Amino acid sequence: MSAWFFRRCLYAIPILIGVNLLTFVLFFVVNTPDDMARMQLGVKRVTPEAIQKWKAERGYDLPYFWNGDAQGHQVISKTIFFQKSVRMFVGDFGRGEDGRDILREISNRMGPSLAIALPTFILGLLVTIVCALTLAFFRATSLDFWGVVLCVGMMSISALFYIIGGQYLVSKTLRLVPISGYSETLDAWRFLVLPVVIGVISGLGASTRWYRTIFLEEVGKDYVRTARAKGLPETVVFYRHVLRNAMIPILTGVVVVIPSLFMGSLLTESFFGIPGLGSYTIDAIHAQDFAVVRSMVFIGSVLYIVGLILTDLSYTLVDPRIRL
Amino acid sequence: MNFQIVLLWSDALLWLLLVSVLGFAGLVLRSEPLRAAWGKIGASRKGMAAATLLVVFVLIALLDSLHYRPRLPDMAEGRPVYGVEVYSLLDVVLTQARTRLEKTYSAPFATRLYAKENIEQADGRRVRDYPRLKHGGTHLGDAEDGVAADAFVTALKGWALALALWILLAAALTAALAWRRGMTVRDSWRPPWRCRDGLAWDAVLWTLALILLLAVPLALLSADYHVFGTDKVGQSVLYQVLKSVRTALVIGLVPTLVTLPLALLFGLLAGYFGGWLDDVIQYLYTVLSSIPGVLLIAAAVLMIQVVIDTHPDWFASAVERADLRLLALCFILGLTSWTGLCRLLRGEAMKLRELDYVQAARAFGVGHTGILTRHVLPNVMHIVIISVVMGFSSLVLSEAVLSYVGVGVDPNMTSFGTMINNARLELGREPVVWWSLLAAMASMFILVLAANLFADVVRDAFDPRTV
Repeated sequence: MSAWFFRRCLYAIPILIGVNLLTFVLFFVVNTPDDMARMQLGVKRVTPEAIQKWKAERGYDLPYFWNGDAQGHQVISKTIFFQKSVRMFVGDFGRGEDGRDILREISNRMGPSLAIALPTFILGLLVTIVCALTLAFFRATSLDFWGVVLCVGMMSISALFYIIGGQYLVSKTLRLVPISGYSETLDAWRFLVLPVVIGVISGLGASTRWYRTIFLEEVGKDYVRTARAKGLPETVVFYRHVLRNAMIPILTGVVVVIPSLFMGSLLTESFFGIPGLGSYTIDAIHAQDFAVVRSMVFIGSVLYIVGLILTDLSYTLVDPRIRL
Repeated sequence: MNFQIVLLWSDALLWLLLVSVLGFAGLVLRSEPLRAAWGKIGASRKGMAAATLLVVFVLIALLDSLHYRPRLPDMAEGRPVYGVEVYSLLDVVLTQARTRLEKTYSAPFATRLYAKENIEQADGRRVRDYPRLKHGGTHLGDAEDGVAADAFVTALKGWALALALWILLAAALTAALAWRRGMTVRDSWRPPWRCRDGLAWDAVLWTLALILLLAVPLALLSADYHVFGTDKVGQSVLYQVLKSVRTALVIGLVPTLVTLPLALLFGLLAGYFGGWLDDVIQYLYTVLSSIPGVLLIAAAVLMIQVVIDTHPDWFASAVERADLRLLALCFILGLTSWTGLCRLLRGEAMKLRELDYVQAARAFGVGHTGILTRHVLPNVMHIVIISVVMGFSSLVLSEAVLSYVGVGVDPNMTSFGTMINNARLELGREPVVWWSLLAAMASMFILVLAANLFADVVRDAFDPRTV
């Protein structure tokens, strides 16, 4: 088990290197630092000196891979690739355009992101499973039919509409909770309720339908028929047998997103003014802060790979047939 | 010539897609098993209703994909001069809605502007009031209370016209079907157009009825009013909604042109050959898919924007620049979304490789290329079709989100995303400017709903797992 885990983590390294190279190519080769400087300083009327200054301030005035002017190991380490890309592996992300340390920002903003993402995730999972189970229990009835119709309708609505509509209805018209904002104290629940509820609702349609098909696939299997044949009531068949077996594909599909919860949600956070990583990313994109976007890309893929490893682990936990 | 034809890249790709879909349809008609599978979709009333709606959207988009530059009134004899503005055929059809600009916001069916202004009256006094619209409800003169009655009468006329049109259409369709089956018209009428040839024509007719009942009154009313109101610069929201359809369809369809070749090539090669090729391809798509989608798209679009901004001399007009950004967005969306399909195809190709008929083909000495194109490819097509159809709606939805994030289409290009994004900022106003937002959301909902329903039917027809 631990040997497997170790090997699995080793496999992750080449993938991370790949991600790192890809982001390097995207951010430095497709566009040279000169282009970025011109973009930041305004395309017109920019002097070469200003560009040089901008690059020097951010350490972009080095060569890409090989610094021929330097001595010793600095030949490699005094380059953009080493300074900007390789050092991300040890958590050194440098500074954003506003001069703040990116790593510090990230650790500060993780809390608010999780405060939204975790309840949304757990509540969403529970509600979805209950809905899907109900639909599957009443399969081939009109409840099931209209339930699926509702699901398709719900998944055809843009997430933006749920957020804007929810904010308008609950906060502006009914004035139940504040429109946006965040607080560090326990008082924060007033700000969190609406985004969490909206987050659950906006994901409900698609995932309910998806889980329903998983349940239905499970219902058609032989062991369910056997359970019925030996006289078990339908509810026991459902909650004891079908639910537990269907949890295998559901759980393993869900585990992969758990680490990514740290990243927060771009839309929800920026609409509700929550100072998490999602709104940090959006602000960076709006301000064209390449250093921050690059760091978030890297962190996002690290978390995804952690999710993949956790998924493989969770297989062994929920399904005793699988041995690593 | 009074105009100069402009072929934008996205136009060309859209028409290319149309041609290839028609070509594929020809292929389907000639092959018996394919015809059976697509026949299932034709027999489904849900599928036909959704398809009818989609065809209407596609027609609007195609009309909007024939661009030209009008010739300017000549300064001198000799070489003609063409304007910088690029118009499409849809713009010509909607000339009225396009050119009748107001000053700023006005509500649907309003006769007065949303914001107060200083108005100079005939006797020279200045009053602060809502000014009359220049084009909304002007035919009513001073009888501004009569809007509801007038609109109702016009709508009634529209419904009557729509009904007449629909009866005409239904009769023509029935006659055509009867002629094709060699029946008398009366025979075919009796079981009301029900699936004699296995196609759900009744669903098509009902959907057409709905569309006509909605569209004809809208068209009549928009001659006198701004039916969906006007936006910040006073442009008709109805016009913007119709223009957005093309952007949505381009975003939903063109990425497949990138996705399909990549996914098919890599997926089949990896699954069929295995070995180091499989390892390399698996590595490639794991790297790509481990980067969070929105971030990768955002990073790539930011980079493209830098290229566009630093090379202003590449583009002859603003439309061309916006078009290139749209195209780049499609390209990026395609590049980031081929991994899922590739993984599915790889799995399927691995399964097929071991099947008896492929082994037999190999034993007969058929080459790898032959096996891949003649034996493997046709048997994974159902996966491809399902994933393309299902991907469409999520692409359309993602456009709005990306536009909000700031990495969507060019801000000057009309799309559902930019409409929502512009309207969002006005929700804080009192009274609320809701029409622009609601119109964009509702039309996007209809488009995506139709696509989702169609995708459902396609999956039921092609997925061997569904019973």
